[in-house]
Amino acid sequence: MTSRLSVFGLLGLVIKRDLLLAMRRRADVLTTLIFFVMVVSLFPLGVGPEPDMLRKMAGGVLWVAALLSSMLSLPRMFSADHIDGTLEQMMLAPQSLTVMVLGKIVAHWMLSGLPLVLIAPVLGLQFDMSAEAIWVLMLALLLGTPVLSMIGAVGAALTLGLRGGGVLVSLLVLPLTIPVLIFGAGAVEAVSGGMDAASNLSLLGAFLLFALVFSPFVASQALRISME
Amino acid sequence: MAINWFKYSAPSTFYGLAGKLTPWFAWPAAVLFAVGLYIGFFVAPTDAVQSEAYRIIFIHVPASILSMFLYLIMAGYAALGLIFKTRLSSMMASALAPTGALFAFISLWTGALWGKPMWGAWWVWDARLTSELILLFLYLGFIALQASIEDPRRADKASALLAIVGSVNVPIIYYSVQWWNTLHQGSTIKMTGTSMHVAMQQSMFTVLVACWLYAIAVGLSRVRSIILEREANTQWVKELPEVKQ
Repeated sequence: MTSRLSVFGLLGLVIKRDLLLAMRRRADVLTTLIFFVMVVSLFPLGVGPEPDMLRKMAGGVLWVAALLSSMLSLPRMFSADHIDGTLEQMMLAPQSLTVMVLGKIVAHWMLSGLPLVLIAPVLGLQFDMSAEAIWVLMLALLLGTPVLSMIGAVGAALTLGLRGGGVLVSLLVLPLTIPVLIFGAGAVEAVSGGMDAASNLSLLGAFLLFALVFSPFVASQALRISME
Repeated sequence: MAINWFKYSAPSTFYGLAGKLTPWFAWPAAVLFAVGLYIGFFVAPTDAVQSEAYRIIFIHVPASILSMFLYLIMAGYAALGLIFKTRLSSMMASALAPTGALFAFISLWTGALWGKPMWGAWWVWDARLTSELILLFLYLGFIALQASIEDPRRADKASALLAIVGSVNVPIIYYSVQWWNTLHQGSTIKMTGTSMHVAMQQSMFTVLVACWLYAIAVGLSRVRSIILEREANTQWVKELPEVKQ
Protein backbone atom coordinates (compact mmCIF):
# COMPACT_ATOMS: atom_id res chain seq x y z
CA MET A 1 0.00 0.00 0.00
CA THR A 2 2.69 2.48 1.02
CA SER A 3 4.94 1.38 -1.81
CA ARG A 4 2.69 3.13 -4.30
CA LEU A 5 2.93 6.42 -2.43
CA SER A 6 3.99 9.20 -4.80
CA VAL A 7 6.52 11.87 -3.82
CA PHE A 8 3.83 14.50 -3.39
CA GLY A 9 1.66 12.04 -1.50
CA LEU A 10 4.50 11.43 0.92
CA LEU A 11 5.18 15.15 1.21
CA GLY A 12 1.52 15.84 1.96
CA LEU A 13 1.40 13.06 4.49
CA VAL A 14 4.37 14.36 6.46
CA ILE A 15 3.06 17.94 6.39
CA LYS A 16 -0.41 16.82 7.50
CA ARG A 17 1.00 14.75 10.32
CA ASP A 18 3.23 17.53 11.64
CA LEU A 19 0.43 20.10 11.46
CA LEU A 20 -1.91 17.72 13.26
CA LEU A 21 0.63 17.13 16.01
CA ALA A 22 1.15 20.87 16.36
CA MET A 23 -2.62 21.48 16.57
CA ARG A 24 -2.74 19.09 19.50
CA ARG A 25 -0.29 21.37 21.29
CA ARG A 26 -1.19 24.85 20.13
CA ALA A 27 0.79 26.58 22.89
CA ASP A 28 4.07 25.86 21.08
CA VAL A 29 2.95 27.69 17.96
CA LEU A 30 1.63 30.63 19.93
CA THR A 31 4.82 31.01 21.98
CA THR A 32 6.86 31.74 18.86
CA LEU A 33 4.33 34.29 17.68
CA ILE A 34 4.10 36.01 21.06
CA PHE A 35 7.88 36.11 21.27
CA PHE A 36 7.99 37.83 17.87
CA VAL A 37 5.43 40.45 18.89
CA MET A 38 7.21 41.03 22.20
CA VAL A 39 10.68 41.50 20.74
CA VAL A 40 9.34 43.95 18.17
CA SER A 41 7.46 45.87 20.88
CA LEU A 42 10.59 46.14 23.01
CA PHE A 43 12.43 48.24 20.45
CA PRO A 44 10.37 51.43 20.75
CA LEU A 45 10.72 51.11 24.53
CA GLY A 46 14.46 50.83 24.17
CA VAL A 47 15.19 53.50 21.59
CA GLY A 48 12.37 55.98 22.14
CA PRO A 49 9.01 56.64 20.48
CA GLU A 50 9.94 59.18 17.77
CA PRO A 51 7.91 58.13 14.68
CA ASP A 52 10.61 59.21 12.23
CA MET A 53 13.21 56.96 13.75
CA LEU A 54 10.77 54.08 14.19
CA ARG A 55 9.68 54.26 10.55
CA LYS A 56 13.32 54.16 9.51
CA MET A 57 14.23 51.10 11.54
CA ALA A 58 10.96 49.17 11.23
CA GLY A 59 12.13 46.83 8.46
CA GLY A 60 15.32 45.88 10.25
CA VAL A 61 13.64 45.41 13.61
CA LEU A 62 10.92 43.15 12.20
CA TRP A 63 13.47 41.09 10.30
CA VAL A 64 15.80 40.62 13.25
CA ALA A 65 12.83 39.64 15.41
CA ALA A 66 11.67 37.17 12.76
CA LEU A 67 15.17 35.68 12.65
CA LEU A 68 15.28 35.27 16.44
CA SER A 69 11.82 33.78 16.74
CA SER A 70 12.47 31.30 13.96
CA MET A 71 15.62 30.23 15.88
CA LEU A 72 13.46 29.74 18.95
CA SER A 73 11.32 27.07 17.33
CA LEU A 74 14.14 25.26 15.50
CA PRO A 75 15.13 22.71 18.17
CA ARG A 76 11.55 21.44 18.07
CA MET A 77 11.73 20.51 14.39
CA PHE A 78 13.17 17.03 14.93
CA SER A 79 13.49 16.57 18.70
CA ALA A 80 10.04 15.11 19.48
CA ASP A 81 10.36 12.58 16.66
CA HIS A 82 13.86 11.79 17.81
CA ILE A 83 12.79 11.10 21.39
CA ASP A 84 9.86 8.80 20.58
CA GLY A 85 11.73 6.92 17.86
CA THR A 86 9.64 8.12 14.90
CA LEU A 87 12.69 9.58 13.26
CA GLU A 88 14.44 6.24 13.26
CA GLN A 89 11.42 4.65 11.58
CA MET A 90 11.42 7.42 8.96
CA MET A 91 15.05 6.63 8.16
CA LEU A 92 14.35 2.93 7.88
CA ALA A 93 11.39 3.54 5.57
CA PRO A 94 11.95 2.83 1.87
CA GLN A 95 10.71 6.31 0.95
CA SER A 96 13.11 9.21 0.42
CA LEU A 97 14.26 10.82 3.65
CA THR A 98 14.96 14.03 1.75
CA VAL A 99 11.28 14.37 0.82
CA MET A 100 10.23 13.67 4.40
CA VAL A 101 12.65 16.31 5.65
CA LEU A 102 11.24 18.75 3.09
CA GLY A 103 7.78 17.98 4.45
CA LYS A 104 8.93 18.70 7.98
CA ILE A 105 10.53 21.96 6.81
CA VAL A 106 7.30 23.05 5.10
CA ALA A 107 5.28 22.18 8.18
CA HIS A 108 7.75 24.04 10.39
CA TRP A 109 7.47 27.11 8.17
CA MET A 110 3.66 26.98 8.21
CA LEU A 111 3.78 26.92 12.00
CA SER A 112 6.56 29.40 12.70
CA GLY A 113 7.11 31.49 9.55
CA LEU A 114 3.64 31.98 8.10
CA PRO A 115 2.15 33.37 11.35
CA LEU A 116 4.92 35.97 11.40
CA VAL A 117 4.10 37.01 7.83
CA LEU A 118 0.45 37.39 8.77
CA ILE A 119 1.01 39.39 11.95
CA ALA A 120 3.72 41.62 10.44
CA PRO A 121 1.28 44.26 9.03
CA VAL A 122 -0.12 44.92 12.51
CA LEU A 123 3.37 45.46 13.86
CA GLY A 124 4.20 47.56 10.82
CA LEU A 125 1.36 49.90 11.76
CA GLN A 126 2.84 50.22 15.24
CA PHE A 127 5.99 51.51 13.58
CA ASP A 128 4.01 53.91 11.36
CA MET A 129 5.06 52.24 8.11
CA SER A 130 3.43 53.25 4.85
CA ALA A 131 0.99 50.84 3.22
CA GLU A 132 3.38 50.16 0.37
CA ALA A 133 6.25 49.38 2.74
CA ILE A 134 4.01 46.97 4.63
CA TRP A 135 3.16 45.11 1.44
CA VAL A 136 6.81 44.77 0.51
CA LEU A 137 7.62 43.70 4.07
CA MET A 138 5.03 40.93 3.86
CA LEU A 139 6.27 39.83 0.46
CA ALA A 140 9.88 39.81 1.66
CA LEU A 141 8.94 37.82 4.76
CA LEU A 142 6.96 35.42 2.61
CA LEU A 143 10.05 34.76 0.48
CA GLY A 144 12.59 34.93 3.29
CA THR A 145 11.11 33.00 6.21
CA PRO A 146 11.07 29.64 4.34
CA VAL A 147 14.82 30.11 3.77
CA LEU A 148 15.24 30.54 7.52
CA SER A 149 13.38 27.27 8.12
CA MET A 150 15.49 25.50 5.50
CA ILE A 151 18.90 26.66 6.73
CA GLY A 152 17.65 26.11 10.25
CA ALA A 153 16.72 22.50 9.46
CA VAL A 154 20.39 21.74 8.75
CA GLY A 155 21.41 23.26 12.07
CA ALA A 156 18.61 21.50 13.94
CA ALA A 157 19.59 18.16 12.41
CA LEU A 158 23.27 18.61 13.28
CA THR A 159 22.58 19.50 16.91
CA LEU A 160 19.95 16.82 17.45
CA GLY A 161 20.03 15.47 20.98
CA LEU A 162 22.98 17.57 22.14
CA ARG A 163 23.28 19.33 25.46
CA GLY A 164 22.44 23.03 25.09
CA GLY A 165 21.30 22.36 21.52
CA GLY A 166 19.03 25.41 21.55
CA VAL A 167 21.80 27.95 21.96
CA LEU A 168 24.18 26.00 19.76
CA VAL A 169 21.75 25.90 16.84
CA SER A 170 21.45 29.69 16.89
CA LEU A 171 25.23 29.99 16.95
CA LEU A 172 25.52 27.78 13.87
CA VAL A 173 22.56 29.07 11.89
CA LEU A 174 22.48 32.83 12.51
CA PRO A 175 25.67 33.68 10.56
CA LEU A 176 24.34 31.73 7.58
CA THR A 177 21.07 33.68 7.54
CA ILE A 178 22.75 37.08 7.23
CA PRO A 179 22.17 37.39 3.44
CA VAL A 180 18.42 36.87 4.00
CA LEU A 181 18.42 39.57 6.67
CA ILE A 182 20.34 41.99 4.44
CA PHE A 183 18.05 41.71 1.43
CA GLY A 184 14.85 41.28 3.45
CA ALA A 185 15.44 44.46 5.39
CA GLY A 186 16.91 46.03 2.26
CA ALA A 187 13.67 45.54 0.34
CA VAL A 188 11.70 47.45 2.97
CA GLU A 189 14.31 50.16 3.15
CA ALA A 190 14.35 50.54 -0.64
CA VAL A 191 10.60 51.14 -0.74
CA SER A 192 10.71 53.57 2.18
CA GLY A 193 13.51 55.42 0.37
CA GLY A 194 11.39 55.74 -2.78
CA MET A 195 13.26 53.09 -4.75
CA ASP A 196 12.24 49.84 -6.34
CA ALA A 197 12.42 46.73 -4.15
CA ALA A 198 12.44 44.34 -7.11
CA SER A 199 16.17 43.54 -6.98
CA ASN A 200 16.08 42.72 -3.28
CA LEU A 201 12.98 40.56 -3.72
CA SER A 202 14.52 38.77 -6.71
CA LEU A 203 17.59 37.90 -4.68
CA LEU A 204 15.40 36.61 -1.85
CA GLY A 205 13.59 34.47 -4.40
CA ALA A 206 16.94 33.18 -5.64
CA PHE A 207 17.96 32.25 -2.10
CA LEU A 208 14.64 30.46 -1.69
CA LEU A 209 15.17 28.34 -4.81
CA PHE A 210 18.80 27.64 -3.95
CA ALA A 211 17.89 26.55 -0.43
CA LEU A 212 14.94 24.52 -1.70
CA VAL A 213 17.24 22.47 -3.91
CA PHE A 214 20.04 21.81 -1.44
CA SER A 215 18.84 22.14 2.13
CA PRO A 216 16.47 19.11 2.37
CA PHE A 217 19.23 16.85 1.10
CA VAL A 218 21.91 18.36 3.36
CA ALA A 219 19.57 18.23 6.35
CA SER A 220 18.77 14.57 5.71
CA GLN A 221 22.52 13.82 5.54
CA ALA A 222 22.94 15.70 8.80
CA LEU A 223 20.17 13.59 10.35
CA ARG A 224 21.94 10.43 9.26
CA ILE A 225 25.17 11.65 10.88
CA SER A 226 23.35 12.50 14.10
CA MET A 227 21.44 9.23 14.30
CA GLU A 228 24.33 6.83 13.68
CA MET B 1 59.62 -0.94 -5.70
CA ALA B 2 56.13 0.18 -5.01
CA ILE B 3 55.67 3.37 -3.05
CA ASN B 4 52.90 3.35 -0.50
CA TRP B 5 51.32 6.74 -1.12
CA PHE B 6 49.01 6.38 1.82
CA LYS B 7 51.67 5.53 4.39
CA TYR B 8 51.30 8.85 6.17
CA SER B 9 47.53 8.91 6.10
CA ALA B 10 47.52 6.72 9.21
CA PRO B 11 47.65 8.72 12.44
CA SER B 12 50.32 6.39 13.87
CA THR B 13 52.84 7.11 11.10
CA PHE B 14 51.86 10.76 10.66
CA TYR B 15 52.44 11.45 14.35
CA GLY B 16 56.18 10.89 13.97
CA LEU B 17 56.39 12.74 10.64
CA ALA B 18 54.51 15.75 12.04
CA GLY B 19 56.89 15.81 15.01
CA LYS B 20 59.91 15.87 12.70
CA LEU B 21 58.42 18.50 10.36
CA THR B 22 57.22 20.99 12.99
CA PRO B 23 60.61 22.62 13.72
CA TRP B 24 61.30 22.95 9.97
CA PHE B 25 58.26 25.20 9.71
CA ALA B 26 58.41 26.86 13.11
CA TRP B 27 61.97 28.25 12.91
CA PRO B 28 61.70 29.72 9.39
CA ALA B 29 58.38 31.25 10.51
CA ALA B 30 60.07 32.97 13.45
CA VAL B 31 62.95 34.23 11.30
CA LEU B 32 60.71 35.49 8.52
CA PHE B 33 58.41 37.24 11.01
CA ALA B 34 61.44 39.07 12.40
CA VAL B 35 62.78 39.97 8.96
CA GLY B 36 59.38 40.94 7.52
CA LEU B 37 58.47 43.14 10.46
CA TYR B 38 61.93 44.73 10.49
CA ILE B 39 61.53 45.72 6.85
CA GLY B 40 57.98 46.86 7.53
CA PHE B 41 58.79 49.01 10.54
CA PHE B 42 62.25 50.35 9.77
CA VAL B 43 63.00 50.10 6.05
CA ALA B 44 59.69 50.80 4.32
CA PRO B 45 59.12 54.52 3.69
CA THR B 46 56.40 56.53 5.39
CA ASP B 47 53.19 56.58 3.41
CA ALA B 48 52.33 59.89 1.78
CA VAL B 49 48.66 59.81 2.76
CA GLN B 50 48.43 57.56 5.77
CA SER B 51 51.79 58.47 7.45
CA GLU B 52 53.14 55.96 9.98
CA ALA B 53 49.85 54.36 10.94
CA TYR B 54 49.67 52.40 7.70
CA ARG B 55 52.41 50.08 8.93
CA ILE B 56 49.87 47.88 10.64
CA ILE B 57 48.92 46.47 7.22
CA PHE B 58 52.05 44.34 7.40
CA ILE B 59 50.20 42.27 9.99
CA HIS B 60 46.62 43.06 9.00
CA VAL B 61 46.74 41.94 5.35
CA PRO B 62 48.57 38.61 5.88
CA ALA B 63 46.27 37.77 8.80
CA SER B 64 43.15 38.47 6.71
CA ILE B 65 44.42 36.41 3.78
CA LEU B 66 45.29 33.51 6.07
CA SER B 67 41.96 33.62 7.88
CA MET B 68 40.10 33.18 4.58
CA PHE B 69 42.42 30.54 3.11
CA LEU B 70 42.46 28.52 6.31
CA TYR B 71 38.68 28.28 6.27
CA LEU B 72 38.76 26.80 2.79
CA ILE B 73 41.61 24.43 3.68
CA MET B 74 39.79 23.41 6.85
CA ALA B 75 36.58 22.79 4.90
CA GLY B 76 38.58 20.83 2.32
CA TYR B 77 40.12 18.57 4.95
CA ALA B 78 36.74 18.17 6.63
CA ALA B 79 35.16 17.20 3.29
CA LEU B 80 37.92 14.65 2.65
CA GLY B 81 37.28 13.18 6.07
CA LEU B 82 33.55 13.04 5.43
CA ILE B 83 33.78 11.52 1.96
CA PHE B 84 36.69 9.08 2.29
CA LYS B 85 36.30 8.50 6.04
CA THR B 86 39.97 9.27 6.62
CA ARG B 87 40.39 10.02 10.28
CA LEU B 88 43.51 12.10 9.85
CA SER B 89 41.82 14.62 7.51
CA SER B 90 39.13 15.31 10.11
CA MET B 91 41.81 15.73 12.74
CA MET B 92 43.62 18.23 10.50
CA ALA B 93 40.37 20.17 10.08
CA SER B 94 39.87 20.48 13.81
CA ALA B 95 43.56 21.33 14.28
CA LEU B 96 43.32 24.25 11.83
CA ALA B 97 40.09 25.77 13.16
CA PRO B 98 41.57 27.60 16.21
CA THR B 99 44.42 29.03 14.11
CA GLY B 100 41.95 30.31 11.53
CA ALA B 101 39.82 31.86 14.23
CA LEU B 102 42.93 33.47 15.71
CA PHE B 103 43.87 35.02 12.36
CA ALA B 104 40.32 36.29 11.86
CA PHE B 105 40.47 37.86 15.30
CA ILE B 106 43.90 39.43 14.66
CA SER B 107 42.63 40.77 11.36
CA LEU B 108 39.62 42.40 13.04
CA TRP B 109 41.74 43.74 15.90
CA THR B 110 44.42 45.27 13.71
CA GLY B 111 41.68 46.54 11.39
CA ALA B 112 40.14 48.39 14.31
CA LEU B 113 43.51 49.87 15.29
CA TRP B 114 44.01 50.99 11.70
CA GLY B 115 40.49 52.28 11.32
CA LYS B 116 40.76 54.69 14.23
CA PRO B 117 43.43 56.98 12.70
CA MET B 118 42.23 56.45 9.09
CA TRP B 119 38.47 56.65 9.30
CA GLY B 120 38.20 58.16 12.77
CA ALA B 121 36.29 55.19 14.16
CA TRP B 122 37.28 51.89 15.74
CA TRP B 123 34.60 50.08 13.86
CA VAL B 124 32.64 50.90 10.74
CA TRP B 125 30.03 48.64 9.20
CA ASP B 126 31.86 48.27 5.98
CA ALA B 127 31.67 45.21 3.78
CA ARG B 128 35.05 43.64 4.45
CA LEU B 129 35.00 44.21 8.20
CA THR B 130 31.55 42.75 8.43
CA SER B 131 32.34 39.68 6.35
CA GLU B 132 35.50 39.09 8.37
CA LEU B 133 33.37 39.23 11.52
CA ILE B 134 30.95 36.73 10.03
CA LEU B 135 33.91 34.50 9.11
CA LEU B 136 34.96 34.60 12.76
CA PHE B 137 31.40 33.56 13.71
CA LEU B 138 31.61 30.63 11.28
CA TYR B 139 34.89 29.49 12.85
CA LEU B 140 33.39 29.77 16.32
CA GLY B 141 30.34 27.77 15.24
CA PHE B 142 32.59 25.01 13.88
CA ILE B 143 34.61 24.89 17.10
CA ALA B 144 31.48 25.02 19.29
CA LEU B 145 29.76 22.20 17.41
CA GLN B 146 32.85 20.03 17.62
CA ALA B 147 33.24 20.77 21.32
CA SER B 148 29.66 19.90 22.20
CA ILE B 149 29.56 16.43 20.62
CA GLU B 150 31.10 13.73 22.78
CA ASP B 151 31.59 11.05 20.15
CA PRO B 152 34.58 12.14 18.03
CA ARG B 153 33.35 10.41 14.88
CA ARG B 154 30.00 12.14 14.97
CA ALA B 155 31.72 15.41 15.91
CA ASP B 156 33.98 15.13 12.84
CA LYS B 157 31.15 14.37 10.45
CA ALA B 158 28.75 16.97 11.82
CA SER B 159 31.33 19.74 11.82
CA ALA B 160 32.48 18.69 8.35
CA LEU B 161 28.97 19.15 7.02
CA LEU B 162 28.77 22.52 8.75
CA ALA B 163 32.11 23.58 7.24
CA ILE B 164 30.94 22.59 3.76
CA VAL B 165 27.64 24.45 4.14
CA GLY B 166 29.63 27.40 5.48
CA SER B 167 32.05 27.45 2.57
CA VAL B 168 29.18 27.39 0.06
CA ASN B 169 27.75 30.34 1.94
CA VAL B 170 30.95 32.36 2.19
CA PRO B 171 30.74 33.87 -1.32
CA ILE B 172 27.02 34.58 -0.90
CA ILE B 173 27.66 36.31 2.41
CA TYR B 174 30.62 38.18 0.97
CA TYR B 175 28.68 39.62 -1.96
CA SER B 176 25.60 40.34 0.15
CA VAL B 177 27.64 42.39 2.52
CA GLN B 178 29.45 44.01 -0.39
CA TRP B 179 26.23 45.23 -2.00
CA TRP B 180 24.89 46.24 1.36
CA ASN B 181 27.61 48.77 2.04
CA THR B 182 31.14 49.52 1.06
CA LEU B 183 33.67 51.94 2.46
CA HIS B 184 36.85 49.89 2.55
CA GLN B 185 39.69 50.94 0.30
CA GLY B 186 40.13 48.65 -2.69
CA SER B 187 42.92 46.13 -3.02
CA THR B 188 46.28 47.71 -3.60
CA ILE B 189 47.90 44.50 -4.81
CA LYS B 190 46.56 43.65 -8.21
CA MET B 191 47.52 41.03 -10.73
CA THR B 192 48.55 43.74 -13.17
CA GLY B 193 51.25 45.62 -11.31
CA THR B 194 50.85 47.41 -8.02
CA SER B 195 50.94 50.90 -6.63
CA MET B 196 53.02 49.90 -3.62
CA HIS B 197 56.61 50.69 -2.79
CA VAL B 198 58.99 47.72 -3.20
CA ALA B 199 59.97 47.59 0.49
CA MET B 200 56.31 47.52 1.49
CA GLN B 201 55.68 44.61 -0.84
CA GLN B 202 58.72 42.76 0.44
CA SER B 203 57.64 43.19 4.01
CA MET B 204 54.06 42.13 3.35
CA PHE B 205 55.02 39.03 1.40
CA THR B 206 57.64 38.02 3.96
CA VAL B 207 55.12 38.27 6.77
CA LEU B 208 52.57 36.42 4.64
CA VAL B 209 55.00 33.52 4.12
CA ALA B 210 55.81 33.61 7.83
CA CYS B 211 52.10 33.38 8.66
CA TRP B 212 51.71 30.39 6.34
CA LEU B 213 54.67 28.62 7.94
CA TYR B 214 53.36 29.46 11.39
CA ALA B 215 49.91 28.08 10.52
CA ILE B 216 51.45 24.85 9.22
CA ALA B 217 53.72 24.46 12.27
CA VAL B 218 50.90 25.09 14.72
CA GLY B 219 48.54 22.85 12.76
CA LEU B 220 51.04 20.00 12.80
CA SER B 221 51.80 20.29 16.48
CA ARG B 222 48.10 20.56 17.34
CA VAL B 223 47.22 17.54 15.22
CA ARG B 224 49.84 15.60 17.21
CA SER B 225 47.99 16.40 20.43
CA ILE B 226 44.68 15.42 18.84
CA ILE B 227 46.14 12.11 17.64
CA LEU B 228 47.46 11.35 21.12
CA GLU B 229 44.11 12.24 22.68
CA ARG B 230 42.05 10.10 20.31
CA GLU B 231 44.41 7.14 20.08
CA ALA B 232 45.21 7.13 23.80
CA ASN B 233 44.08 3.52 24.17
CA THR B 234 46.12 2.05 21.34
CA GLN B 235 49.28 0.03 21.65
CA TRP B 236 51.51 2.28 19.54
CA VAL B 237 50.75 5.31 21.70
CA LYS B 238 51.59 3.35 24.86
CA GLU B 239 54.93 2.38 23.31
CA LEU B 240 55.94 5.96 22.47
CA PRO B 241 59.02 7.01 24.48
CA GLU B 242 57.41 10.33 25.51
CA VAL B 243 54.33 8.52 26.80
CA LYS B 244 56.18 5.70 28.56
CA GLN B 245 58.19 7.78 30.97
